[in-house]
Amino acid sequence: MEIDREDGRTPNQLRPLACSRNILHRPHGSASWSQGDTKVLAAVYGPKAGAKKNENAEKACFEVIWKPKTGQIGKVEKEYEMIMKRTIQSICVLTVNPNTTTSVIIQVVHDDGSLLPCAINAACAALVDAGIPMKHLAVAICCCLADSGYVVLDPNKLEEKKMTAFAYLVFPNTTLSVLSEGSSVAKGESVEHGIITSVTHGLMSVDDYFLCVENGRAATASLSAFFRKNFQQSQRDSSKAG
Amino acid sequence: MGLPDSSQDLSTEMEVDAFRRIFPLRFFERHLSESLRPDGRQLGKARDTIVNLGLVSTADGSALAKIGSTTMLAAIRMEVMTPSTDSPDEGCIALEFHMPPICSPTVRPGRPADAAPVISKRLSDTILSSGMIDLKELCLVSGKAAWMGYLDIYCLDADGALFDAALLSAVAAFSNLQIPVVALNDNGRIVAITGGKDQDNASITEKEAVNKEKRKLTLKNIPFSLTCILHKTYILADPTTEEESIMDTLVTVVLDSSDQMVSFYKSGGTALAYSSAIKSCVELARKRAKEVKQILGEMDID
Repeated sequence: MEIDREDGRTPNQLRPLACSRNILHRPHGSASWSQGDTKVLAAVYGPKAGAKKNENAEKACFEVIWKPKTGQIGKVEKEYEMIMKRTIQSICVLTVNPNTTTSVIIQVVHDDGSLLPCAINAACAALVDAGIPMKHLAVAICCCLADSGYVVLDPNKLEEKKMTAFAYLVFPNTTLSVLSEGSSVAKGESVEHGIITSVTHGLMSVDDYFLCVENGRAATASLSAFFRKNFQQSQRDSSKAG
Repeated sequence: MGLPDSSQDLSTEMEVDAFRRIFPLRFFERHLSESLRPDGRQLGKARDTIVNLGLVSTADGSALAKIGSTTMLAAIRMEVMTPSTDSPDEGCIALEFHMPPICSPTVRPGRPADAAPVISKRLSDTILSSGMIDLKELCLVSGKAAWMGYLDIYCLDADGALFDAALLSAVAAFSNLQIPVVALNDNGRIVAITGGKDQDNASITEKEAVNKEKRKLTLKNIPFSLTCILHKTYILADPTTEEESIMDTLVTVVLDSSDQMVSFYKSGGTALAYSSAIKSCVELARKRAKEVKQILGEMDID
């Protein structure tokens, strides 16, 4: 029993991805990320001297500024800022540049569903463009639960509204390793199976949540491959130009 | 470096305190290896929880919830408003979470705490997602008048697990809520009826007019939440502020009375959540939900 999605995608299919980096000149790093019609621009300034108030001066500090497409900044934006700040803090190496502040500015260009995952992916690409040291990338995906119990990935705005529940999940990116063993194992699961961030809306059973997580994990492989291809491409282009 | 034996004289006790401040992580790990926490709790045990109802006499519903030292005061005021055209049969709840300077030394007046709008939004999302309140019950006259509930939650003492305590106080305040009695007067406006006065051409417009008595909301699907810390292989339930500041990976699981998951919230943090950790957190949340249900049951809530 397949779910019919309006744009003809299969439940596990993501929308077409597009990423361009180094598009703005003033910021130290910038990226534009689009998933279908949802488009987000991210800019990174930093590291700048001095940590923020109430922040640990022995570590690098991050601040996120979220700018919506229209309207004033409210609680929704503050929540997104807090989630993104904590996610970025967990993927970046904080001990390399202590007592510094790195600002990540997110500008929403168009919101057509799955906005927070899109913003997290854009921020990652911008951080790579700025050269901020990171342990691994954060790959974000939105999984929703339809009435029939099916998990649908990367919904657009209409689909998000119709669904009973959805979850924004962020995983570390899948690694390509020369060693056959791969990354370290924790109780039988490899590092890339851990969840960095999870935000859910709506009622779902615990088993449904695990189903969402599994499907989300499977999708991170294709997102990670896209990241890798995109970064290698621009590296090749710049080395050709150089 | 061994931990000094605290049963000796004052000078050694000072050393323990100093060790706690200077090497906080080692101090905690020393306790965790014995499956204990500095305050003597087991790893999966939450702090003592107290709920008191009806403390604010000027509010239509109020509650005070204490989990350990974390104290939250919730109060609801009802006002009549015109419902929106999209949902003419539904009322509205406006939730606001405040962190006044009294709650924590890090909060200064004039500068709202970072955590306040985030917890505020999470609370309204959770209460909406769980379907605890049927907004149609708040309707008075379809399309013309409906109740708007202003729920304000004040944090009086911030000692970790703010979301859990705030949710508990909100749920208790809703259970304590008594919707005032109103009548429709000549001009088509809703006026409040104050005890025993006879209003000419008053027609009771409440949905379930129970002989001019104040009525309560029916609460289905009450959400119960538990915040846990993930640190290496340990899972600590119901952290204090000190624990939260040292170990930064927090996971909040919200379950409702029918064991459905309302929310699984993990916001970054050094530790990743693997399936085994998620399962353990959900188990701890289930146990906690039973405990809280019992506490609320003793006060005749639902």
